[in-house]
Amino acid sequence: MDKFPITVNVNGVRYDRAVEPRLLLSDFLRHDLCLTGTHVGCEHGICGACTILFDGEPVRSCLIFAVQANGHDIRTVESLGSTENLHPLQEAFHEKHALQCGFCTPGFLMTLIPFLEKHPKPTEEEIREAIDGNICRCTGYENIIQAVKLASEKMPR
Amino acid sequence: MAGKYFGQPILRNEDAQLLSGKARFIDDIDLPGMLHAAFLRSDFAHARIKKIDYSAALKRSGVVAVYTAEDFGDFWRPGPLQVPPPTAIKGSVFNARTLVPIAKDKVRFSGEPLAVIIAESRYIAEDAFDDIIVEIEPLDAVNDLEKALEPGAPLVHEDLDSNLAADVVQERGNYEEARAKADVVISRKILVNRNAGAALENRGFVVEWEERSRQMTVWATTQAPIPLRNTIAARMGLFENQVRVITPFIGGGFGPKIMTSQADDVLLPWIAMKLKRPIKWIEDRRENFLATTSERDQVHYAEIALTKEGTILGVKDVFYHNTGAYDPYGMTVPLNTQTHTVSNYRVPNFYTQIKMVFTNQMVVTPVRGAGRPQGVFVMERLMDAAARELNMDPAEIRMKNLLIPDEFPLRTGIIGQDFVEGVLDSGNYKKNLEKTMEIVGYEKFRKEIQPKLRAEGKHVGIGIVTFTEGTAVGPYEGARVTIGANGKVNVATGISTQGQGHFTSFAQIVAEQVGIDVKDINVVTGDTAHFHWGAGTFASRGAAVAGSAIHNAAVKVREKIFSLASKIFEEPEENLEVGDGKVWVKSNPSQSMLLGDLALRANPTRGTIEPGVEPGLEATAYYGPPYGATGAGAVAMIVNLDPETMQVKVEHFVIVHDCGTAINPMILEGQVYGGISMGIGNAFYEKMVYDDNGQLLSASFMDYLMPQATDMPAKMELGHLVTTTPLNTLGIKGVGEAGAIPTPAAFVQAVEDALHGQVEIMESNLNPSRIFEYLQKKQ
Ligand code: FES
Ligand code: FES
Repeated sequence: MDKFPITVNVNGVRYDRAVEPRLLLSDFLRHDLCLTGTHVGCEHGICGACTILFDGEPVRSCLIFAVQANGHDIRTVESLGSTENLHPLQEAFHEKHALQCGFCTPGFLMTLIPFLEKHPKPTEEEIREAIDGNICRCTGYENIIQAVKLASEKMPR
Repeated sequence: MAGKYFGQPILRNEDAQLLSGKARFIDDIDLPGMLHAAFLRSDFAHARIKKIDYSAALKRSGVVAVYTAEDFGDFWRPGPLQVPPPTAIKGSVFNARTLVPIAKDKVRFSGEPLAVIIAESRYIAEDAFDDIIVEIEPLDAVNDLEKALEPGAPLVHEDLDSNLAADVVQERGNYEEARAKADVVISRKILVNRNAGAALENRGFVVEWEERSRQMTVWATTQAPIPLRNTIAARMGLFENQVRVITPFIGGGFGPKIMTSQADDVLLPWIAMKLKRPIKWIEDRRENFLATTSERDQVHYAEIALTKEGTILGVKDVFYHNTGAYDPYGMTVPLNTQTHTVSNYRVPNFYTQIKMVFTNQMVVTPVRGAGRPQGVFVMERLMDAAARELNMDPAEIRMKNLLIPDEFPLRTGIIGQDFVEGVLDSGNYKKNLEKTMEIVGYEKFRKEIQPKLRAEGKHVGIGIVTFTEGTAVGPYEGARVTIGANGKVNVATGISTQGQGHFTSFAQIVAEQVGIDVKDINVVTGDTAHFHWGAGTFASRGAAVAGSAIHNAAVKVREKIFSLASKIFEEPEENLEVGDGKVWVKSNPSQSMLLGDLALRANPTRGTIEPGVEPGLEATAYYGPPYGATGAGAVAMIVNLDPETMQVKVEHFVIVHDCGTAINPMILEGQVYGGISMGIGNAFYEKMVYDDNGQLLSASFMDYLMPQATDMPAKMELGHLVTTTPLNTLGIKGVGEAGAIPTPAAFVQAVEDALHGQVEIMESNLNPSRIFEYLQKKQ
């Protein structure tokens, strides 16, 4: 299959690659760029594990082709804190035990980053709505909601 | 027995890696020269295979090989009976028809593999599906559990006379005699439907055969790494130490990942050896729905006999259990149903019969709850029907019949999934219920709140149920604890981890003994190169069984610290203290030594050692209980039903549970919350729907709905009671499945109550249209 050249800015780094037009953005990030923090749970747009920021907006990378990202700005979970220096949102997840297996977590984080920018002091209702498109099979969401509340206190406004 | 580390809500060691996207999951593994596997799966549930022609696929660029059952020659054979049936149950029938790795001659469920394609990329492997021509003769599918046993039904396994997979009768006392004496006898047909485990991460398998060192390395998302390693070694004719199974981080388990699915476990190692290249297979969501495993599907004919005061005299339950197309997991699930039907109530006479049935559906193995929710659902529904008949309050009739602590240990007379007669070891069941009623405000809701809200036209209802959870079963687990020269500790155990926080809770157990901070304790689970004895993570047994083995090993290391330090300091052991990574003389703290230095001293490289002394600050230990420990609890839930849409909102959810000692209360609560969400899903959102042809209609997250954040209760409260089990030193009972077990029973009761008791609901998986149907039927 023919490959097409693309230029994508991921986490502030410019990548020039040639890809098949059918290559999913999630696969491109995970397997071509080895940014495996973005996870794939369903590949049909429901679970939200593959959520990334596309020009600042949360989108599902399993529903987009890599070629569609040509010329765009992508951010993945790897752009947040490192293991030694977690982002306040990650810290809040840690402190509130908002993750168990952690497979869904990167998707939640990338959904919540722009949400908290827009809603620095969210109500519980708003938080539930915000994460309603992300499935977590382990936690029952309760601690995730608590973590978002905590993060909203921690994050600089 | 909370200590400095043990029993504390210590934050998890594993979080930073997971949060920063730096944790390695199976699909993150990338090896040089790696090939990718895809399975062509049957679209038919029941069919005869005439011919599979894959010649065109081999011509496709990037396709390396294609195999069907024939191509595996003698290597093809049915897989092992992963769990044999208990021999102790006299007169039981069990027909073992174990899972085959790839369909040969006949297809028995939709999604069964027909061919495996190996290609340079997964994309290409799946492209090749279109190149393969499958000639097939469809057969009538077996779906209905009762019709399946009628004469003339199509046969899933034609070498058997019927679709009966097992028939097991267990009885304590004499039900018929009890029935004859009863004032009231209530009979009901009760249905429980199928649910998926649906871990967010699908399964996966990566295998590499390194020919020069003759070593096979397997990465797998298995809950049972050691049995998997043993099976692969045996099938490949290798020694156990030539096969290393590693479980990377696993994105949830919930039961189905315990299963060796044969297609990946058996076929891919063989292919990797042939092709001399690493192979990776990552299950996709559709495959997970069609061809992993799931459970719950049962039809019960149940009966309860009582006095007019509401005292239970006996219970009879004859039930059909769907085992799917094969039964490699024996009778674990229906045996759990039998043991959990009456476990928390005083039921002197109990007759229970399993009729396990083969169908043309995916194989049944445990999913979080594992047969227990069905047993609890049946019993709790009978209790509710009895309460209604006798005009008693649901809480009152339960209180009257719950077992009391003086009765423990209580032999149940029913043999369970662990092959031994059940024994209820400890607990305070009435207190669980009392506390639940107190937290939810039961009396006040019944007497004040509900009447007031009803007067306002609201449809609010309350459900209250009790349950037990048989946990922590044998046979055994083991562990090795080692203090390194770096002063840190390594802990290795044979079970694997799917999010339960073992990397922290196990570290807490060790920290308490050796006085080294939890952060400096590295726990390795599920890597056969680190520890290679054990059974696996199932039946809520990780914390209690592996945890007890780890405790035993840590105690031995502690003893070694004291014994060696006593010699070095020339002080009696009782004058020594350990903590903060060192050991010192109590009366003279300046006389101290870092444990890392002591570890070096424990491994002398010249000179002599005393007889009987083993090197290193290291110890290995095992633990196996005579029978499982039983946790228990109660649940109350207040729901609000919208009479227009039939949508049900859980307003208030209370669970009081008792799982003995908590290693880490924060992690424990997390487990309970997670179980509750699965229970709510099972009760109102999730349902695996098969049509008459055996097609799974709900094979995606678009059709199989899982609870989202807005579906969870507006208010959740957890209450804890602790009655420690005498079965292990730490007093731990399991908890992993607790939340999932009672929730559907409480939900249905609450929905009935919200509808003013107009309808009686005897099935466990509701949804708005189903509730509407009930009301329509009534009118
Ligand atoms: S993997 Fe993209 S939404 Fe599930
Ligand atoms: S933590 Fe496992 S799916 Fe969310």
